[in-house]
Amino acid sequence: MRTVTTLYDLRAVRAEFPALGQEVHGRRLAYLDSAATTQRPRAVIDAVARMMGEDNANVHRGVHALSQRATDAYDQARSTVARFVNAARDEEVVFAKGCTEAVNLVAHSWGRANLRPGEAVLLSAMEHHANIVPWQMVAEATGAQVEPIPVTDEPTLDLDWLEIRLRQGGVKMVGVKHVCNATGTVNPVGEMARLAHQHGALILVDGAQALAHEPVDVQALGADFYAMSAHKVYGPMGAGALYGRHDLLKAMPPWQGGGDMIRTVSFEGSTFGGLPNKFEPGTPNVPGVVGFAAALDWLVATGLQAVREHEEGLRRQATQRLEAVHGLRIVGTAPGKAGVLSFVMEQAHPHDVGTILDLHGVAVRTGHHCCMPLMDRLGVPATTRASLAAYSGEDDIDQLVEGLEHVARVFA
Amino acid sequence: MNLDDLYQEIILDHGRKPRNHREMPDATHGAEGFNPMCGDRIKLTLRVADGRIEDAAFTGCGCAISQASASMLTQAVKGQSVGQAEDLFSRFHRAVTGKDAPEGDLGCLEALLGVQQFPNRVKCATLAWHAMREALEGPDA
Repeated sequence: MRTVTTLYDLRAVRAEFPALGQEVHGRRLAYLDSAATTQRPRAVIDAVARMMGEDNANVHRGVHALSQRATDAYDQARSTVARFVNAARDEEVVFAKGCTEAVNLVAHSWGRANLRPGEAVLLSAMEHHANIVPWQMVAEATGAQVEPIPVTDEPTLDLDWLEIRLRQGGVKMVGVKHVCNATGTVNPVGEMARLAHQHGALILVDGAQALAHEPVDVQALGADFYAMSAHKVYGPMGAGALYGRHDLLKAMPPWQGGGDMIRTVSFEGSTFGGLPNKFEPGTPNVPGVVGFAAALDWLVATGLQAVREHEEGLRRQATQRLEAVHGLRIVGTAPGKAGVLSFVMEQAHPHDVGTILDLHGVAVRTGHHCCMPLMDRLGVPATTRASLAAYSGEDDIDQLVEGLEHVARVFA
Repeated sequence: MNLDDLYQEIILDHGRKPRNHREMPDATHGAEGFNPMCGDRIKLTLRVADGRIEDAAFTGCGCAISQASASMLTQAVKGQSVGQAEDLFSRFHRAVTGKDAPEGDLGCLEALLGVQQFPNRVKCATLAWHAMREALEGPDA
């Protein structure tokens, strides 16, 4: 008889996350806010502590042993990120504070150098403010226009509209999030990249919510740029990366100046270093970057596919449980979804829901999720969002449902 | 933290059936309260004549606390002088942020003081009040 060994060892996974072992308001913590930020496994905390406590020195500067160790760890982290997203070369990975800075890099460097008056940047109407505001700033400076790609009620993107708009011409960039943080929709990034390239446009993918939940292969997707945040994938806050296609990054001007990004400096003028240094001025967040790599290593070791299947099973189950709660409506019913359960209750505003859930030890996000245009489009001012990760389990959903039933009683 | 202090019956009642939740075409003063953290938005309007608030109303949506607070505000300040309303604002604000024990009688507004135990909900209770102060300090004041 064959033994089925696909059982996911939730207990073992949870044991690796120190923050999960605590009580909140006298209840076990049910952390369902991983789309805002995940918790960190011991492997990441240890890697950051080791970087600070043992290998601490500035990178790319000293000839001494500690500097060499720090530089090796930093460069190794770049390889780890490059491998994780299947970049063709390590120097296609530029470290940044996170997705927001990665998008700003593309907008301010590529955008200012390449956008002309009247040309268009198409952004999905479900974009996070981080992939809208930088483009508005650059549009203002260049005379280019930002146009939203419409979304359906589910919400999914209107690809017919996209194709027609691309055919009209003048589009230089398409910006889209891989996974929607507010509704969980997985967008057809590969298909959009193909359409964009057919019509001479580039595509920037905001990968904040995808990295921990979806397979990311930048070459297979055809992404020209792919933005990442470490803290959404079990790594530290304040670290992240931009993947950029080598020929594009090479042609782009630096957008911030400083040390470590130059070849020569004189008061008559300076010349800039090669990739990726050109885009990494100043002393980088070495502990953060090393923690980022440790997080990706942790996820690979835990099993990307196993985590994904676990989350997907739990999401389906949780969807059914939530639909049974009186007055509750799920917001976000796209056929392809990842790890996010956003909902409204007819009796109670999300803030009131969030406060009552907190007293049950349940951590959720309430509000507009930094997606005001999407909320306007869906006709809800705010939602409550429960989001899943490798350590989420049925007991978290039990606690959530118990809290929601309490909400229904208070606001009967 | 006690949920019953936060969601007293009078709050739930005002939240469900906000009073003076309407447009005011003949308003003399108005301001919008916006909480960018949650997206809650309240537009508060007043009709002031001879230094007295003759009418107060609001529109907008938000959580039970912000709606109840706006609703109770309109009832509390209607008929008061501008000076009395400003005094009520500062007494309410000091009490709700836990800086002082309530000075004098806050009347029904005391029901809102339950937010003291919930620091991240204080802004919900003060949203309409800040809008009122802004409206009174506006160019027409």
